[in-house]
Order: sequence, then structure tokens, then C-alpha cells
Amino acid sequence: MTDKIIDIQHLSKSFNGKQVLADINLYIRRGEFVTLLGPSGCGKTTLLRMIAGFLEPDQGTILMDGRTLDGIPPYDRPLNTVFQRYALFPHLDVYDNVAFGLKLKGTPKDEIDKRVRKVLKLVAMSDYEDRDVETLSGGQQQRIAIARAIVNQPKVLLLDEPLAALDLKMRKDMQTELKEMHRKLGITFVYVTHDQEEALTLSDTIVVLNEGHIQQIGTPTDIYNEPVNSFVADFIGESNILNGTMIKDRRVSFIGHDFDCVDEGFGEDTPVDIVVRPEDIYFTTDPAKTQFTATVKSCTFKGVHYEMFVDTDSGNELMIQDYDPYPVGSVVNLYIDPDDIQVMRKERTCNVLEGVWNQDTIDIEKPEFSLQTEGLKLPGRKADGDEALQPGSRVKVEIPFGSVDLLDDIDAGLTSGEVYFILYKGDHYHLTVKTEDGGFLWVDTQDIWDKGDLVGVAIKNKGIKISACDEEA
Amino acid sequence: MKKRSNWSLPYVLFMVIFVVLPLILILVYAFQDGQGRFTLANITKFFTDKDSLSTFAVSIEVALENTLLCILIGYPAAWILSRKEYNKSAVTIVLFIMPMWINALMRTLATAQLFTVLGVGLGKGTLLFGMVYDYLPFMIYPIYNVLSKMDKSYAEAAVDLGATPWRAFWKVTVPLSMPGVWSGVLMVFMPTVSTFAISEFLTNNKIKLFGTIIQENINSSMWNYGAALSFIMLIIIGISSLMTKDKEQAEGGLI
Repeated sequence: MTDKIIDIQHLSKSFNGKQVLADINLYIRRGEFVTLLGPSGCGKTTLLRMIAGFLEPDQGTILMDGRTLDGIPPYDRPLNTVFQRYALFPHLDVYDNVAFGLKLKGTPKDEIDKRVRKVLKLVAMSDYEDRDVETLSGGQQQRIAIARAIVNQPKVLLLDEPLAALDLKMRKDMQTELKEMHRKLGITFVYVTHDQEEALTLSDTIVVLNEGHIQQIGTPTDIYNEPVNSFVADFIGESNILNGTMIKDRRVSFIGHDFDCVDEGFGEDTPVDIVVRPEDIYFTTDPAKTQFTATVKSCTFKGVHYEMFVDTDSGNELMIQDYDPYPVGSVVNLYIDPDDIQVMRKERTCNVLEGVWNQDTIDIEKPEFSLQTEGLKLPGRKADGDEALQPGSRVKVEIPFGSVDLLDDIDAGLTSGEVYFILYKGDHYHLTVKTEDGGFLWVDTQDIWDKGDLVGVAIKNKGIKISACDEEA
Repeated sequence: MKKRSNWSLPYVLFMVIFVVLPLILILVYAFQDGQGRFTLANITKFFTDKDSLSTFAVSIEVALENTLLCILIGYPAAWILSRKEYNKSAVTIVLFIMPMWINALMRTLATAQLFTVLGVGLGKGTLLFGMVYDYLPFMIYPIYNVLSKMDKSYAEAAVDLGATPWRAFWKVTVPLSMPGVWSGVLMVFMPTVSTFAISEFLTNNKIKLFGTIIQENINSSMWNYGAALSFIMLIIIGISSLMTKDKEQAEGGLI
């Protein structure tokens, strides 16, 4: 018997030409509680439905206990699903809902009776056998939905945002119960949610998905403490995400100061992203410990802790959580432990686009727009004296994040798009703009935009680098 | 305006003149003889007259057959229409519903002509054909309504629990769509009992239905007996609508 109960290999899926999942590789261990976590539209439900068998993959396969599930219909797969809105059969009472799967398999009546009673006891719904499912509360329906699935003793239980419809208090209680049920039953749970807190509480392993790609796989502590990129850092918990420079191994510079850290192997003077959790910035009165000072801008009581926003001496905004409040306006001394500084390689340092040079303009391909070449610095002659660029030559254009301007008027710029993702970096916003043709541009700006805003995109002639594409490439 | 409830006055007036008053008139005429004296003779006449009773039995039989045929043809049609993978545009639904927009008499006359041209003898078969043709949309529409609003995850849950799509259909989709079927039954069965035009045109009055004898009596100025027959039919309609009432209450029913 292999330890991998489910092994997903090179799985891809598109709907109407739009890729929802791209080359997913993932295995799930026997008895594990795995959470697929991501914002809506990240592909997590699609992945779950493919495991359940409701969708066929375009490419790749799913193995269960080492055997492929290709072509096996959902009713022959040894797994059961708890649906998002429970999907309890309204024409059957609680008992018949739970017994549905067993009756289909032709289980003897007394055995059905025994097993239904047992699971109803397990979900603490013993006295509800004859009740009409529509008279039950959300939490009770939830329990019946779970009972209806686990009574069939599936090898894997799939849960599609099962707590999304419950109120906060109920959700917390059900989280504890689910965890307890998982421990008692020993069944593998695959859980889909967009709620990062739920994922952190419940899971043995979290799989963070975004845009159809796996961002990170790890234990809740791994994911929280060592996010691999700014998306994961931003999506899981509160965080300060900042631009920094790796000076050398174990030494990093950000918010205008140099800090010791524990990361190595980034090279020297490399631009990086820094994540510091708000609870990892400490107040001190010891001048020897102080790394930087800041002015408290706001202080809000959050129940267990206070949440404060401070302006550092270098003009960056940081969020800090501490058990003690500090008065607004006061100047405080702060330090960060080397362990608590998470250094991440930058996914990109500028917009890299490709296009065709036509003397007066460069026709960029994706996103599609024309860039005026007037005033731009073009590559000079090659060593052999030929012009580097001929009309029709392919060129690479590098546009710094700061040289992209966003405009209110969507028709005023070179192209237009919508604000797709926003990251606050302490002293500016780093925005991802998705253009109409599906291309992406990344922008640094001081202006405040909202997710989903429609914007025009203009390019400032500042710091743009143009080079000829390698013929061979 | 003093009160908003006053706005309903024209409608109340309309209902009184065109619905309540005729009903009272039927009731009064049904229990009177030609001289305006109270009598039960009209009612007892129906229950003792062999012809009336057999016509009544034929009517019920034809109505049941028509309803059954409409379910058998209409349910699969409604199911296919409600599936997005088979029915990609709204046009198909309109095509099914469109006959409802054309006057039933016109369609019936046209059907009769068609049979004459084709040389098909008029009788029970042509009668049922005409009835199914006329009433099918009334069966399809409420069933389609329920099916297209039904949460797909019910059928998925059944399949997930080990049912083949065929068993999931019978154990989940069909029971959950019954309110639509009952609505359809109500809309097909009762009008069929009282119809007379279809049997007149499509059987040349060879087959008489309950509606036919009411019409004949009224036409030949036998107001009291006609009213009594109408009264009996009203009671049957009342009973059958009471019988289906709680069954079609779930959302999606037409009435």
C-alpha cells in the first residue's frame, strides 16, 4: 500500500479557452487533512470536482491508491462529497437522507439501521431521524450532510466550503467538531475554503492556489511563517510586505535600515520582497536594541491585542500588533528579530514585454498597445557596425513599475484594464492591472485604487530599456 | 385618495359581475325547473340517465388518457429543454410554447383539415391527437419551470452517493419535480373534461364529451339541465384541484 492515497499528476483544465488549472502536481497522504485554499476563482473547487469525478481533466491524471481514476464515473469512486449548500434531499427525512447511499448499495436493512444510527450519534443528531430536513437549522443540515457522506465509509471525504453558509459562532464550533471527527474516523479529508483562518485551524497540510497554479504547499506554520511569495504572505494573515535589498548573506536592507536576517543564497545587492508579521515588530526602551524609531499614527483595540499603524523614521507605514497600547503621536523605539524577517525572491523587478519595432512605434504584443519610440533610448550599433534594429525586429521592452501611470479615463491611455490585485508595500501600492486582452502590467503608485477599478494605462518615458531580442531565442 | 384598498374596487366589481354572479346563476338554475320552482330533478336526471353517465365516463377516460400522454411526452421534453448541454438557446422553449399563442379552435380546425387531406378517419385516435397537441405546452411549461430551477447539486449528490445517473434521475430528480407535474395535471385534466370543440371537429361529434352535452343542452335552451351539468362539473374541478393543491405547493408550480 502506498502512503499516497491521492496522487494528482500534471492536471490541467480550461473552460471556454480560459485556463482554470495549469499543470497541478499534488499528492495527499492517507489520513491527512488537506485544505485547498485560495481566493474565489483560483480553481480550488474545479480541482475538488475533478477528484470527485464531476469534471474530466483536459490533461493529466488523478491516481487513487496507485490506480488511475480516469474514466471512472463519480458513483464508482470510493469517495464522498459534502456539498457547499449541503444538497440534502428535501423529499426525504433525515434518516432516509443518511441511508440513501447504503440503500443504493443494497445493504441489508438491519445493517443500514445500525450504521445510520451510529453516524447520527457521531454527529450528535440522534433524535432527529424523522425530521424533515428543511426544518433543520444550517448547522444541523451541515451535520446531516456530513453524516450522509461518512456513513458510506469513503476512503476520502471531499468538503466543498462546508462552513461558508454558517454564522461566525457556529463556524467556530463546527471547525472544532470537524477536526475531532477527522481524528476519530481516520478518513482522509480534502477541504476547500477561501477562509485562511479556517485553513490554518483545521489542516495538516495547506495547498495555496491562485490563478490555477499552486503557490505553496506546507503545514499551517510553514505557510504562515515562511510564505514563498507576496501573494501567499498577503493572503494568509496580516502582514507588512515591503521592498528590500539583500546586501549580502544574512544582511538585508529595508525601510531605510539594515537588519540581520537568517536568509542566505540570494546574492549581493539583490532586490527582494520582505514580509514582517505585525506581531513580530517589538517595542523596546533599550537604546541598544532599538533598530529604528516610528511615530504612532493610530491605535485600535482588537480584543486580544491592540493594532497600531506607525510611520517609521524613513516614511514607511507599518502595522504592529501588541498587547500594550501606545498613545497616538508618541515616538516609539522598535526592533525586529532576525528570525521574524521573511525574505522572498521578487517575482519580477519590472514589466518585461515583447514587441515589434517599427521605427516610430513599438507594437507590444501582450498586452497589446503601441509605444511611441520618440525620446526613447534605442540600442546602438552592434559591434559589426550593423544597426541593432531593423524595421520588424523583435525587441524586449523593460518598463519600471514606476513608469506606468494609471488614469481615471479608460480611453485616455495606450490601453486599459482593471485593477486586479493590490499589495500595500509600506510607502506605496503595488498593483497588478489585467488588461482587456488578458495581459498583465504591474504598477507602483501612491494613488489609492480599489480592486476592480477600470483604469486607462499610460507609459511615462522614464527608465524604459529597449533591447533587441536574441535571434536564436 | 382616502385608502389604497379603494383601488381594488374596479376589480372587485369585475369579479362580482363576471365570476360570482354567473356562478350564483348556475347554482340557482341548476335547482329550478322550467317554471322557476325549486327541484332536485335536474341532478337526479343526470344520475339516472344512462346516456349522460356514459358520456361522463368517456369524458373522464379521455381526460385521463390525454393527461397521461401529455406527461409521457411532456416530461422528457421539459427535461431536455431544462438541460443546458442539450438546449443552448431560448428559441427552442419559445417554439414549444408558441402554439399556446394561437387560438385553440384555429389549431383544431387546421388539424381536422390535415386529417381529412391525409385521409385519416376521425375517431378516438384523432381526438387524442388533437387534445395532446392542444394541451402539451400546459404540461411542459410547469415541469420545465421546476426542472430548470432545481439545484443541480441534488442530482450530483445522489451520483456522489453511488447512484448511476439513471437511478439519480428516478430517486431524486423525478420526486423533486412532482410539484411541476401536478401543476401540469391540473392545467390539462380539468380543461379536457369540459372541452367540446375538439371532439366536435376531430370526431365529427362521434365521441361526445361532458362539455359537448352541456353545450347541446344550453344551445337547445334547456338552461336548467345545462346548469345542473355545469354544477356537477364544477364540483369535480373543485375536488381535483383540492386533491392536487398540497402536492404542487412547493416552489416552481404554475399556480
